[in-house]
Amino acid sequence: MAGISAPTPSFAARAGQFALRWSLVIALFVAWELLTRTRTFTPFMLPSPQSVSERIMRDASSGDLFINMALTIYRALAGFIIAAMLGISLGLVMTRNAGLRWFFDPVISVGFPMPKITFLPVIVLWLGFYDTAKISMVVFDAIFPILTATIAGVRSVEKELIWSARNLGARERDVMWQILLPAASPQILTGLQVALPIALIVAVVAEMMMGGYGMGGAMIEASRKADSRGVFAGIIEISIIGWIFVKAMAMTRARLLFWHAER
Amino acid sequence: MNTLSSAFLRYSPLLILALAWEVAARSGLFSSSALPPISKIAAAWVDLARNGDLAGNTLASLWRTGAGLALAILIGAILGFAMAFWRGAETALSPVVELFYPLPKSALIPVTALWLGFGDGSKILLICMGCMLPVTMGAFNGALSADRTLLWSARSLGASRLRSMWDVVLPSAVPELLNGIRTALALSFVLLVSSELIVSREGLGYLIGFLGANGTYEGMFAVVLTVAFIGFLADRIYEAFVRRTLAWRE
Repeated sequence: MAGISAPTPSFAARAGQFALRWSLVIALFVAWELLTRTRTFTPFMLPSPQSVSERIMRDASSGDLFINMALTIYRALAGFIIAAMLGISLGLVMTRNAGLRWFFDPVISVGFPMPKITFLPVIVLWLGFYDTAKISMVVFDAIFPILTATIAGVRSVEKELIWSARNLGARERDVMWQILLPAASPQILTGLQVALPIALIVAVVAEMMMGGYGMGGAMIEASRKADSRGVFAGIIEISIIGWIFVKAMAMTRARLLFWHAER
Repeated sequence: MNTLSSAFLRYSPLLILALAWEVAARSGLFSSSALPPISKIAAAWVDLARNGDLAGNTLASLWRTGAGLALAILIGAILGFAMAFWRGAETALSPVVELFYPLPKSALIPVTALWLGFGDGSKILLICMGCMLPVTMGAFNGALSADRTLLWSARSLGASRLRSMWDVVLPSAVPELLNGIRTALALSFVLLVSSELIVSREGLGYLIGFLGANGTYEGMFAVVLTVAFIGFLADRIYEAFVRRTLAWRE
């Protein structure tokens, strides 16, 4: 997104800028290395960067890393996609149907601010310890921001657009697909952008509580065995997934909303 | 009276849901451990309240959230304002923020447990670390959104740099800051409950796990609903506070 008119800075200048920008991050890493070298913290409290990266490499070469990562990503994404489909369609239908609105409005306004994760033991009781339970928990948590964003988005669509479409003979279904959904899509995408990190957080917590394969399960097991390298490796691995999710969502937004003036 | 009946009408779907729960539980379609009737859950709640389990663990949980959130707001707001006021702070801190922002906060649960054990300290640290960044972003964006012309006018009327910050930038940052704190408030409950469910010997999350493991499901449901209600109530109280604080904007 660099300005077109600006001349391309030299490599040295760019490297300098990069170093300046990331200096504190680099300093943090150096401090991490020094703190472990000087034994200010025991390797148990703060394992050295080297031992953590060795641990990540070991997990990667044994294949555990990819199994755990794939499972966590699958649970988070499956829950997210189900929540998106349910949330967007329920939101659209609610804006069109007064009865559904009457019924779901209070449910949403009470359910949204609740810490849904509290219901995790109830979901375990009902659905057991396997993927169904984990994904259901993700859906339950991720659906609220999508639902509220959809409702707010559809409500903010200019009435003139809808009236014009009706005037030109559009049927209710055409209005929904060709006017409401596209016009509300910036807000819906914002809701999705809020929901995706929630989906990952909840998937990890569910795995931590229920155990088994997955990043959360691996981390909590490492923690129980006082294996601090495993815990730190887990943090870095989960952060990478989180980072990829956030970037992918932002790219999707830029691509889908190329027509929308973003600030 | 009128507002009371309209509130009743508005929230009647919740009553219908509760009734449907009671009927479904009594119909015998589900086992009574999977879906205890609401009336029995209420009785279990009264028992827990009477023997002091509920009050003690609620206090433990509230202390952890309160302390963690207070620290997060204090540190987060200072960081955010520092980033908005000094270019140097922004250059140095924004990559760090960028690095830690996408970190799923729940991944910190095992680390804080490793560092500080199963007690209050690990929960407070977890909530502080997890809730800081939304506050920082709120303070930062809010301070940047201050109207430039207002700032210039203040300066040209002779206000010092510090004075114009205090009188112009801070007030205009308040709405966004309060919004960030609201996100942090919701997140703090999520982190509190998850960490108490997973690694704790005290608190409401622990009580839920304990009752569930013992098979006293009425009690478990009672505590689950209590926590959900406390989270809801905290959000509503905060919302009312924000509305009062921002009344000058109307």
